[in-house]
Amino acid sequence: MSGNIYLYILVMAGVTYLIRLIPLTLLRRDISNVYIKTFLYYVPFVTLAVMIFPAILNATANTWSALGGFVVAVILAYQGSSLFKVSAVACIAVFLIELIIY
Amino acid sequence: MGTNRIQWKNGFCDGIPIGLGYFAVSFTFGILAKKAGLTLFQAVVISLTNLTSAGQFAALGLMGASATYLEMASAQLILNLRYCLMSCALSQKLDAKAPFIHRFLLAHGITDEIFGVAVCKSGKLNPFYNYGLMSSAIPGWTLGTFFGVISGEVLPERIINALSIALYGMFIAVIIPPAKGNKVLTGIILLSMLMSSFFAKLEIFHHVSPGFKIIILTILIAGIAAFLFPIREADEDCSAGGKSIAPALQEGGLT
Repeated sequence: MSGNIYLYILVMAGVTYLIRLIPLTLLRRDISNVYIKTFLYYVPFVTLAVMIFPAILNATANTWSALGGFVVAVILAYQGSSLFKVSAVACIAVFLIELIIY
Repeated sequence: MGTNRIQWKNGFCDGIPIGLGYFAVSFTFGILAKKAGLTLFQAVVISLTNLTSAGQFAALGLMGASATYLEMASAQLILNLRYCLMSCALSQKLDAKAPFIHRFLLAHGITDEIFGVAVCKSGKLNPFYNYGLMSSAIPGWTLGTFFGVISGEVLPERIINALSIALYGMFIAVIIPPAKGNKVLTGIILLSMLMSSFFAKLEIFHHVSPGFKIIILTILIAGIAAFLFPIREADEDCSAGGKSIAPALQEGGLT
């Protein structure tokens, strides 16, 4: 490693913060355009769905335990459980499935 | 003032699964940071100031390869550009009359998870709810790195594996309930997962960073969906159960 670590950190933190800050400070008024509003409404659904699948299958030690956790989470979420409950039960499901497999 | 306190508390509770999931991911970052030759202090400062997984993992590789500062900056820009979209969406949830300073503080807390939870709250967003989310998520992320560096082998692998799915469980809990009974949202979610699997299989996309793939798919799918199914209702709350916006969606889509 030759560069200065703290300069690296400053550069990465600076760039990342500005990306987060600029739209938030520039867009101060409500957007009235229906198309843009709808687009922004759909953004988190697409982003999160894309991030969940297929990455979730590689999150644990085994594809089957991950798939088990995924199915459990979807069922609980569909029933309207809280964020914490869905996450916690998915973790327990993964733990139990891996306990059985290995 | 009482409301802010309650909002903060609600945010803190909703943020606990984020914090736990972050801990697991960040723990791995700590282990890798130590392997890359960073000190405990440096690794913890990175996590505290960057608060982003893909960007930080990529940074370790770049530092190891003695990349230029410009390379570091552009890598972070591409990997984290999705926060720009989120920041736009979040700006619409804030009260235009609220003190400006909130926006500077909220900006640091724009992560996939905090954003995903906050943007689905109905009505205008109280900044204190986000501060609550940040109050459990940021320590989770920072402490994860801390413990990852000092005790890479202390937590059994089984526990880390199990914790690794916490974040995904939370994402699922965020997007599924509003989609219940809403055909458009259900279709968008299924299509997104399908396209993302397809992208993961394609050879040409192996060289595209994960952050950039997310941006391409988000703009493509949300863009087309907004064009086909614009929502004409003034108030769109994704946590209101989907049903409230379903009639508006049909109206927009069929006429």
